Amino acid sequence: MVARTVLTSDDIDRAVTRIAHEIIEANHGTENLVLLGIPTRGVVLASRIAEVIARNQPDFSPSNSIGRLDITMYRDDLAANPTRAVTETIEPDQGIDGRVVVLVDDVLYSGRTIRAALDALSDLGRPKVVRLAVLVDRGHRELPIRADFVGKNLPTSREERIQVKLVEVDGENGVVIES
Amino acid sequence: MIKHLLSSADLSRDAAINLLDIAETMAGVNDREIKKLPTLRGKTVVNLFFEDSTRTRISFELAAKRLSADVINFSAKGSSVSKGESLKDTAQTLEAMGADGVVIRHPASGAAYTLAHSGWINGAIVNAGDGTHEHPTQALLDAFTIRRRLHGLSATGKSLDGIKVAIVGDVLHSRVARSNLLLLNTLGAEVHLVAPPTLLPADASGWNAQIHYNLDEMLQQVKPDAVMMLRVQLERMNAAYFPSEREYARVWGFNADRLALLGAKSLLMHPGPMNRGLEISAAAADSPNSTVLEQVSNGVSIRMAVLYNLLSGERSIDNV
Repeated sequence: MVARTVLTSDDIDRAVTRIAHEIIEANHGTENLVLLGIPTRGVVLASRIAEVIARNQPDFSPSNSIGRLDITMYRDDLAANPTRAVTETIEPDQGIDGRVVVLVDDVLYSGRTIRAALDALSDLGRPKVVRLAVLVDRGHRELPIRADFVGKNLPTSREERIQVKLVEVDGENGVVIES
Repeated sequence: MIKHLLSSADLSRDAAINLLDIAETMAGVNDREIKKLPTLRGKTVVNLFFEDSTRTRISFELAAKRLSADVINFSAKGSSVSKGESLKDTAQTLEAMGADGVVIRHPASGAAYTLAHSGWINGAIVNAGDGTHEHPTQALLDAFTIRRRLHGLSATGKSLDGIKVAIVGDVLHSRVARSNLLLLNTLGAEVHLVAPPTLLPADASGWNAQIHYNLDEMLQQVKPDAVMMLRVQLERMNAAYFPSEREYARVWGFNADRLALLGAKSLLMHPGPMNRGLEISAAAADSPNSTVLEQVSNGVSIRMAVLYNLLSGERSIDNV
C-alpha cells in the first residue's frame, strides 16, 4: 500500500481559513449563521471554521452558532452493516429554524452521508438555507448533491482511500491518499 | 453485539453503559418537536403479550413507532391462544409473517429463552418479563433513571460505581428485582435487599447483595442513593406470605415517616403499577423523591435503544 500526503497541516489551515471567508462572503456577514459539524471530523472542522470567523467578525458568537449533527439513525445502509455507535446531536441555543445552516464534513464522496444529514436536519427544524462545506471533495457522487465550499478537489479512483487526520482526533494533521 | 435481550446477565459492563448512552441520545429525540427517526423503517416488531400489561406494552409500542418500525400488538386474550394454540405454533405464525423482532411477555419463566433458542423464529427476541425470572428492560430503565438523576447532563459514559441501591419488598416473586440485581452488580452499584424472610428466596447466598430484615434500620444505616419499592404480586401468591395487608403496609410500606429518613437527593423508585397504601403511600409516591413518572418516560428511551441495537444491524440467518 502506497500512502501519499496531499494536504499538509498548513494546507489544511489555509483551506479552513478560505472556507471561513467564503462562508462570510456568501452570507454577507455572520447574521443567522449556524455551523453544524457531522461527527467525527466534521465537528472538529466546524469549530476550526468558527474560530477563524470569530477572529474576523467580533459579533459572531460560536456558542450560539455551532452544533453537531449525528446522522447514524438516518443512514440508508444500517441494515447492511453491523450496528453503529450513536453519538449525541447538539443544537445551537437558538435552534436552526429560519437560520442559514452550513453542514461541515471532512470528505464528500457518494453524497449519502449528506442525504442522511438533510433528513436529520428536517426533523430538527426548518432552516432558511442549507449549505455544505467539505475539506475534500473526492468525486464519485451517487446522488445529486454538491458542496458549496470545498477545501480541495481531489480526483480519485474508487479503489483509493482518503484519510483526513485532524490533531484533535488523530493526533496529527494531514490528508493522505492510500492506494 | 447481542442477538437477543433475554436477561440482564447478557450485558457486559461496556454493553450496558453503551445502551444507556444510546438511550441518552434517544431521550433527546423524545424531547424535540418531531419525535421520530427513520432508523427501523420497513422492520416489523411484534409485541407478544401473554400477560396483562399497560406501561411495558405501550412503551415498547411507542419506542418501535418512534423508530418507524411497524408494530403488531398481540395479546393472548382474544387470540387463537385462547383456543389452545401453543407457543410454538404462534411463534411460527409470526415467523411466516416476517417479524424482525418479537417482544415477549409470558407468565412462564424461560419463555423468552425458549423462543430465542428453539429455532421456531428467526427474529430478535426481547424479554419483556417472563414469570418470576427477569425483566431486563425494566432494569435498564431503572439504571438509566438513577444515572440521570445523580449525574444530570454529564451522565453519558458513566457507570453506577459506588452507588447504593436498596430493593424493598416482594423479592421472591419479582423479575424486576432479579434483573435489577444483576444489572446493578454489572454497573458497579452496591445492592441491598430488604424483605420479610417469607418473601426472599430460600437461599439467596449466591446473590451479590446484602440482606436486611428491617426497613427503618436499613434506611438509617445504609443511607441508600435509591430505594426501589417492589409491587406486592398478589396474583402470584398462592400461600400466606404475610399476616395481613395492613401489617405489610406498616412494616414494609414506604410512608411519610420513612420518606423523612431518605436523603433529599435520594430516589424513591417503583416499577409500577403501584398498590397505593400497600407498599407505597400516596405521600411517598407523589413526593419530589419519587421517580415513578420519570421511569415511565425513560422506559421509552431505553426501549428505543434496545430495539435499535438488536434490529438495525445485519442479522445472520443462523440464529440458534
